[in-house]
Amino acid sequence: MKHKTFFWFFLPTAMAMLIFIAAPLVSVIMQSLFLPHEAVLIQVENCGPFGCTQQTSIDQEATQALRDAAPMGRFAGLEVYFDRGHLATAEVAEAWRTRESLGAFFGELGNLPFYRAMAFTLTYTFTVTPLLIALGFFIAVGVNSVTRQIRGFLIFFSLLPMIVTPLVGSLILFWMIDARGILGNLLQYLANDPDLSLKASTPLMWISLIVYGIWSSAPFAFVVFYAGLQTVPQDTLESAQIDGATRWQQIRYVLVPHLMPLITFVALIQLMDNFRVFEPIIGFSAQAHATSLSWIIFNDLGGETRQLSAAATTSVLTVLCVAILLTPVLVRTWRDFKGKA
Amino acid sequence: MFLKNTVAAIALTVAAGTAMADCGISEGRVSIVGNEFPAIQTVGAGAMACATDSVEVSTNLTADHQTINLPGMQGNPAEYTSAIVANSSIVALMNEDVIRPLDDLIAAHGQDLKPNQIVTINGQAMAIAFMANAQHLVYRSDVLEEVGVEVPTTYEEMLAAAEAIRAAGIMENPIGGPYAAGWNLAQEFNNMFLGYGGQHFEAGTAVPNVNSEAGIKALEMMKALSEYMNPDYLTHDSNGTSAEFRAGNMALMHMWGSRAAVLTDAEGVPQEVIDGFAIAGPMTVGGGDTPASTLWWDGWTVAKNISDADAEATFKAMMNGIDPTILSQDGVSTQAVWLIDGYEPTDAAVGVFEAANSGTAPYPMLPYMGLMHTALGAELTDFMQGNESAEQALADVEAAYTAAAKENGFLQ
Repeated sequence: MKHKTFFWFFLPTAMAMLIFIAAPLVSVIMQSLFLPHEAVLIQVENCGPFGCTQQTSIDQEATQALRDAAPMGRFAGLEVYFDRGHLATAEVAEAWRTRESLGAFFGELGNLPFYRAMAFTLTYTFTVTPLLIALGFFIAVGVNSVTRQIRGFLIFFSLLPMIVTPLVGSLILFWMIDARGILGNLLQYLANDPDLSLKASTPLMWISLIVYGIWSSAPFAFVVFYAGLQTVPQDTLESAQIDGATRWQQIRYVLVPHLMPLITFVALIQLMDNFRVFEPIIGFSAQAHATSLSWIIFNDLGGETRQLSAAATTSVLTVLCVAILLTPVLVRTWRDFKGKA
Repeated sequence: MFLKNTVAAIALTVAAGTAMADCGISEGRVSIVGNEFPAIQTVGAGAMACATDSVEVSTNLTADHQTINLPGMQGNPAEYTSAIVANSSIVALMNEDVIRPLDDLIAAHGQDLKPNQIVTINGQAMAIAFMANAQHLVYRSDVLEEVGVEVPTTYEEMLAAAEAIRAAGIMENPIGGPYAAGWNLAQEFNNMFLGYGGQHFEAGTAVPNVNSEAGIKALEMMKALSEYMNPDYLTHDSNGTSAEFRAGNMALMHMWGSRAAVLTDAEGVPQEVIDGFAIAGPMTVGGGDTPASTLWWDGWTVAKNISDADAEATFKAMMNGIDPTILSQDGVSTQAVWLIDGYEPTDAAVGVFEAANSGTAPYPMLPYMGLMHTALGAELTDFMQGNESAEQALADVEAAYTAAAKENGFLQ
């Protein structure tokens, strides 16, 4: 393609990316560097249905004057990035200096919102992603080998978790694992422990969230792999069969290598998605046991006082973390690309 | 969801606009955002009745109101001309200066208001309150009779009653309270903390003061109560506890006045729950005089960034929403403790009245209270799960609050 043709061809996409991806990103970064103005507080008398009291309030005129003078707010630089709600460098250094043991140090880390969220998010990402790829792959191989008559039905059935809205899907599971729900009750019966509650125990809640994550994302892997399986060269497969390869060997030496680029693709997308885990935490009301960076953003914006700078900073940190997480996969893709060229 | 509600609301407006009350509005736009519970729906419907060919009225009543009311009022002109708020959520609107003083409108059109309905801040009327609310005890009189225990008036008595019920083998987890991690858990702490005589901040400043003796005692009492709660209590908001109470699994529950009246109205509630259901006032704790609860009002405001004509139309429409005649509608008088002229307290109101009469403190209307509430909701769960000490949890709350308050310019 000529450079000029390519330019005109690519222009609409480039514009859309600029407006919908680059501009918001710049806006979020700016917001994370600035803080709201210091509030000018005054003592006022508040009266209402329950009588009058002296209370502190914001002096609107004085605050408005500050806002007019500097509409962006106070420049804070990277201050917010290093405060307790985010990277908490001072707190981490203090915990390291005063540590009694490595375990106690990690215990202290778990007390800081960012690291507590990271502990769950990374555990979730690195268990859910490989397991959902494996599950998706085996469903795809399974569906691909049944007779054509029931294949359509099976595909629809396997896709259901993806069709269900994540929040609704997690709510359904949440009710099922309730101590009075069908699964919760079954577990109590199997464990012979009437006090067993998935929602009251951190490890069990983590397992529930991970199971939900695999359940809801496996169909995505399944669809991609199923499409890939339609392109497997039949002669390679047949020659493997003639050579006496078992079913397992066919999968291991023919199907998996053939699907490898797709596996990389699914891993890439799912690492990104799982790192931003959010809906199940809300759906399962799990914030007492598990939080994620996305949940912190939601919490900062959901209170009666919205904490925009804090939320913007966490957003930028999320982007940075996703970039770090994807580096190995991207480097690998780049190497493959160079190797082919 | 939001769009759907709005469309539905506008459709309703158009349908209702043909044969409705004359509110004396010649023209204007009225758009209301607020929480959804029966009393607020009544007020919204009253305002909607003002719609005519030249007056557009729409409502968006949703549990997510407090995340959308501020952005919806910051534009110019504001999307929402009125926000229905409580004494906690008005602060966020005050902080950002998006609501207007109502003195001129009250002088012109508000003669029928009672003085205690007008919420003034620094001498300016900023909201019109129409109902009061508080958390208090609801209980099963039949269960208490069975074990021969008086209705508890203190949290210590509540623990004793719960032990008696458990010992008698009637219920394993007789106590209920909205302890869901987040806003609810923080609110239960606020109640208990105020009951022990705590003050959230050092007087006149934004410096936190929860890591105190009162704070530790409050947490220890909450922990003691949680031993008698459903093990899933950290996921139970007042919807969750209502369901447990209706199912007959609880005998003593801390509940909102605005929900108490209709608690046993749902379908399929066992007869003994309906018969045994009773309402009492809020309880004290640790020998204190002030109940471990907070007083709330719900009221409406008028947006700042709208034309005077729209402000006037909004004021008149909202006045129609809280017109004393709504009390004659079926079931309205039990929906809330109305502050409206002509309201006669019903049996369901006894809890909130008891709260008001026994000197319960109003929820603090401070610019930085919302940040404290958020910090409490996120940091207390570790203590409730037994992962850390009360002192550590409260130190975490203060650290989280301090970081947020510095970011928002309340602390240097």
